[in-house]
Order: sequence, then C-alpha cells, then structure tokens
Amino acid sequence: MTTPLSAPLEISFDYTRSLGPVLSQFMTGLAQRRILGSRGADGRVYVPPAEYDPVTFSPPEELVPVGPEGTVLTWSWQPEPREGQPLDYPFAWALIRLDGADTAMLHAVDAGAAAAMQTGMRVRPRWAQERSGHIRDITCFEPAGNEADGPAAAETGAVVPEENRDAVTMITTPVRLRYQHTASAEESRYLRALKEGKVIGQRCPACGKVYVPPRGACPVDGVPTTTDVELPDTGIVTTFCVVNVPFQGQRIPSPYVAASVLLDGADIAFQHLILGCEPDEVRMGLRVRAVWKPPEEWGTTSENISHFEPTGEPDAPYESYARHL
Amino acid sequence: MRDVAVIGFAEAPNVRQTDGTTNGVEMLVPIFRQIFDQTGLTREDVGFWCSGSSDYLAGRAFSFVSAVDAIGAFPPVMESHVEMDAAFALYEAWVKVLTGEADIALAYGFGKSSAGDLRRVLALQLDPYVLAPLWPDSISIAALQARLGLDKGLWTERAMAEVAVRSRAAAASNPDAQLSGAVTADELLARPFVADPLRAHDCAPVTDGAAVVIIAAGDRASDLCERPAWITGFEHRIDSGQLGARDLTSSASAASAGAAAGASGVEVAELHAPFTHQELILTGALELPDATRISPSGGALAGNAMFAAGLARIGHAARQIFSGSAGRALGHATSGPALQQNLVCVMEAR
Repeated sequence: MTTPLSAPLEISFDYTRSLGPVLSQFMTGLAQRRILGSRGADGRVYVPPAEYDPVTFSPPEELVPVGPEGTVLTWSWQPEPREGQPLDYPFAWALIRLDGADTAMLHAVDAGAAAAMQTGMRVRPRWAQERSGHIRDITCFEPAGNEADGPAAAETGAVVPEENRDAVTMITTPVRLRYQHTASAEESRYLRALKEGKVIGQRCPACGKVYVPPRGACPVDGVPTTTDVELPDTGIVTTFCVVNVPFQGQRIPSPYVAASVLLDGADIAFQHLILGCEPDEVRMGLRVRAVWKPPEEWGTTSENISHFEPTGEPDAPYESYARHL
Repeated sequence: MRDVAVIGFAEAPNVRQTDGTTNGVEMLVPIFRQIFDQTGLTREDVGFWCSGSSDYLAGRAFSFVSAVDAIGAFPPVMESHVEMDAAFALYEAWVKVLTGEADIALAYGFGKSSAGDLRRVLALQLDPYVLAPLWPDSISIAALQARLGLDKGLWTERAMAEVAVRSRAAAASNPDAQLSGAVTADELLARPFVADPLRAHDCAPVTDGAAVVIIAAGDRASDLCERPAWITGFEHRIDSGQLGARDLTSSASAASAGAAAGASGVEVAELHAPFTHQELILTGALELPDATRISPSGGALAGNAMFAAGLARIGHAARQIFSGSAGRALGHATSGPALQQNLVCVMEAR
C-alpha cells in the first residue's frame, strides 16, 4: 500500500470573550498597571480574582489591589519556548503569590538562566508598553531589586487615570495551531485518481453501497470499504441551496448554487457547485456533468473539478433519488 | 439498582505515530473487531455507544462524528460523546445501563496526538482568560507541580525515577505498551532535564492510540463473561481550574472520588498518571498500601493515548479480574492540567 497523502494544516482563530463584571475589573486594572484580587468569605484574597466565592458562591463585593511584587512559590524552566508563550527565549514559568494575596498566579519570569531561579525569590511585573486589558499586559515578571539593570522596565508606560479609561469588557485571544493532516488510505487513492482525471469510489463488501469519496469504513456496516469503483463524472442534483450570504473567503460572487450531487452509480451524494446556468434554473433531479480545470492544473485535490453544469438531458424522476435525500 | 460489570476490553498498540487519520477509524475498526470476537457480541447487541476524543487534538471539526463510521451507525444508534478521556464516556454509559436505558453499552476513546504539538494543544484546556493566553504547555505545568513536592520534601527526583523504572519493567509484559524495558534510576537521573525539574522519563510519551470497553447488566454480564469485573463504585470529582488556588501537591478530588468509590483494599490499581510525581500523589490520595500492585500494564508512563489512556486503565484493571489475578481492582483516569479531574472505578470478582 502506498503512503497516505498528508499535508501541513494550520488552523487559526481569534477567540473573543466577554469578561463579566469581575474579570472586567481585573483586566481594566491590568491596563492601568494595577493587579486586583477578590476577597473571599474566608478572608483569603484570590489572585486572579474568583468570579464567585469558592466557599459561599456569591460574587465578590469589591476587588482589592495586591502586589505589584510577589514571591515565587514554584517554578519550572522552559529551555525552548513554544509559539505564543510570553518570551521567545529561555525563561521560567512560576506560580507567584503577590504581596497581599493568598493564592498564586501563573506567569513567566525572565531570569536569564535556570540557575538564577529559586523558590522564594522576589519578583515584580514587567508591564507591556501597549496595554489593552489582557493578561499579557504583563509581559512577564522579573527578579525584584535589580535596579542596576537600568531603568526599571516595571516603570515604563504611563498610568492612565481610572476615570479616563473605559472598562474593558472583552478580550481577544488569537489561537493558532499547526497539524500534519493525514488523509485516509481510501481518501488518498481518491485524490490520486483525481490527479489522473478519474473519480474513484469504493464499494462496501457487506451491503454493496458505493461511497464517493470513499470512506474508511461503511457507516452502515462498520467494515472497511475495499473494492475500488471508477465512476463517471455525470450525475444529478438531489438537493441544493442558493447562497446569497457573503462570507469571509468566498470565492464566487453570490448568488450561486451549492448542491448535493449524486454521481451515476454512487450511493452517496457529495457537495459541489452548480454553475453555467442561472440559480433559479437549478432544480432537484437536474442532470449535471463535471467541468474540469485544464489537466495541467490537476493535483491531488477535489478542486480539479471546478464545478458541475447542466447536461441538458431530461431530469431524473424523483423516485430515482428519493432514498438519497 | 442493577449490577453492572465490565466484560470486555481492547486497545490499539500505543505508538509514537500512526499514518492514520485523526478521526481514529483506522485504530478503532480493529479493536472493535477484537472486542466483539472476545465477547461474542455483535454491534447490534450494543444499546448505547459513548466516545471520548477532542477536535483540538484532531485539528478538525466533528472528528468524533467521522469516527462513528467505525461503529456502523445506520440504522441510527443511541450515541453520545464527551470531550474528555473516554473513562468519562464509560461513566455516562454506566449511568445509561444503571437506569435501564441499555443492557449493553460500549465506550471508546481515541487520540492521534502526533498530528499536532500536544504540549501546545493542551494549553487550550486551561482557563481561557488568565491561563490559556499565556500558552503554558502541559509539561511546564506538571513541572511546577513536581517542584512544589520536591521543595516540601514530599518526594525526591530518585523516587520519581523509581516510578519510571517500575512502569517500564511492568510494561515489558504488555505487548501494546510504547515504552518498556529494564532501566535503572541512576541511568535515568544522569539524563538532562526536559523542563527542570522534569526529565524525559518523568513525562508520559506522546502516543497515538485508542481503547474500547464493554459493560453489561446483571445476567447478561454473567452470560457473556466468565469472570465479569463487577463495578462496585464509580465516582469522579474536580478541583479548581486555577492552578494557584489549590494545593497541587495533593489531590483532593482523587481522594474524594476514591473514598466515595470504595478504593481501600484493592489488590491492583491502574493509575492514569502522565507524570511520575503524579503517581506518587495518587497513591497517597487513594491511600493505597504498599501491597497494592500499581499499574501492572505499565500505566500511562508506558503509553498515554490522549482521550483513551484513562479508559485503558479501567480496561487493564478489569483484565486483572477476568484472568483471576485480582479479586478487587480499580481503574483511575484523569483529565485537565495537573490532575485537575479524577475518576475512580472500583471493580470486583464475584
């Protein structure tokens, strides 16, 4: 068996989240270079603040300032920082109990080397120049009491007076993940056949149904589909919709038709575009044929078929595709 | 209440990388075949299916729906999913059987961790406001927990290495283990830190894998299995999501789940401890005496298929009962950072 096809896949999304009343105050405080905690019913001060009291489950009454300096309760060394972490050179992670707090917060400590880290050491926040009300308004922490290191980075940036600052109510966190995406053995045969201008489906050995694109297993019988079946590039529209809504990444001007196309000889429809006619001419049962891109543009991709267009043949009777709806 | 027992278990080989898809079908189809052969059941006999997996691990939406292809879901089946280790899916299945909605239920979990950077992916299970935006990776967080215990004198780097030594020795008899063999603590301690104070042997490997367990009620269980592993306690608990707001050197949730499930007196405990020091925390929290055999399969340190390894611990504990090697055993599963969530399933022979 040849190796399945695989390719890098990057997924990214900016998560926006509303903060609620407690975290809103905390994040607004960070934008002003202040760190706030919540006082629990048990008298303990939680930093980051607890949205609800862990003992009484009531919202905290008011937040109290803590720090800015604190004590490292534990640390670990990050010799090779990962993408997105606070620093892009070796640093320590630490749980830091800020002065006046009873719980510890997680952040990075820029200590230069593991040998400079020690449980119990004193640290202070290094504030970002640009602050938006986000945990990353603290760039990292740094060992406290090193005034000789030049103008204390902790002092950079102007404090915006509280009355001049709108409360921060949302945060945005970009998330980017990288994968090596692997097609199944069956999908790989399908994609390789497409590169040769052929459409390959597979027949379930148990029920005889033909799946295109082929699947790893027959969803009816739960057994691998093993027999390849070459299919024509003609079929019918079983059902369709007219896309009128613009969206990010849209390649075709709306309105256009996205349809379920059932190839002749297949038992499952797949989605494709219907072009080459007005949207209002598309109907259930419409006979269509694949329009291929020029062969020199073919790759191991479903995009080799640009779209489907009407053949002009009489429509298929409803009964012939009713069970595929 | 009905009596419910584990009657079958199968797992895919724990390996560093498979060339299958992230929807797990290639790993699941063979182990479904194995477990049906083992129990004499067919898929039509299964009244409820429940899976554990994660789309973040798979890098695609609804990967668990694609996985349903492996079970043959037409005509429609009663099916559910948890974005947690499949041990928690087994819990849901157990409730379905207890309440009489099904007599036989199957839980499965799968994870192809090799597709992405597991350490980064796991950052996304953290609090999304103050933790996840910093991208603290899973090993760094575990290392913070390890140092707390080292500083307090609760364990030593040597004690941690001894956990790895025992795990790999035990895994030599488990053909599906990823890491096994004879090593000494001195050899392991001579190796460099991965994330000071953790070395490579302190961390479970990155594993692709899958596991499946079948449970059955009352007489059905006795008919299908010579020595069913009767479930006498099944509990799960959770600790705070704020790492700095709980005592990371103990596990209140594991202790509470273990006490409620009746963990005391088990002969075998299969523990889902992805880090060496976490095994030490768990043996303390579950109050396991020295006589208890810990993770004879090698445990998660010998292979940690995400979303399947906890279920596999219950399966391996049940196997000890199937074979007559133990009369009472527990399987433990964890989810979340630094043992945040813990589940304990206690089983016995009758």
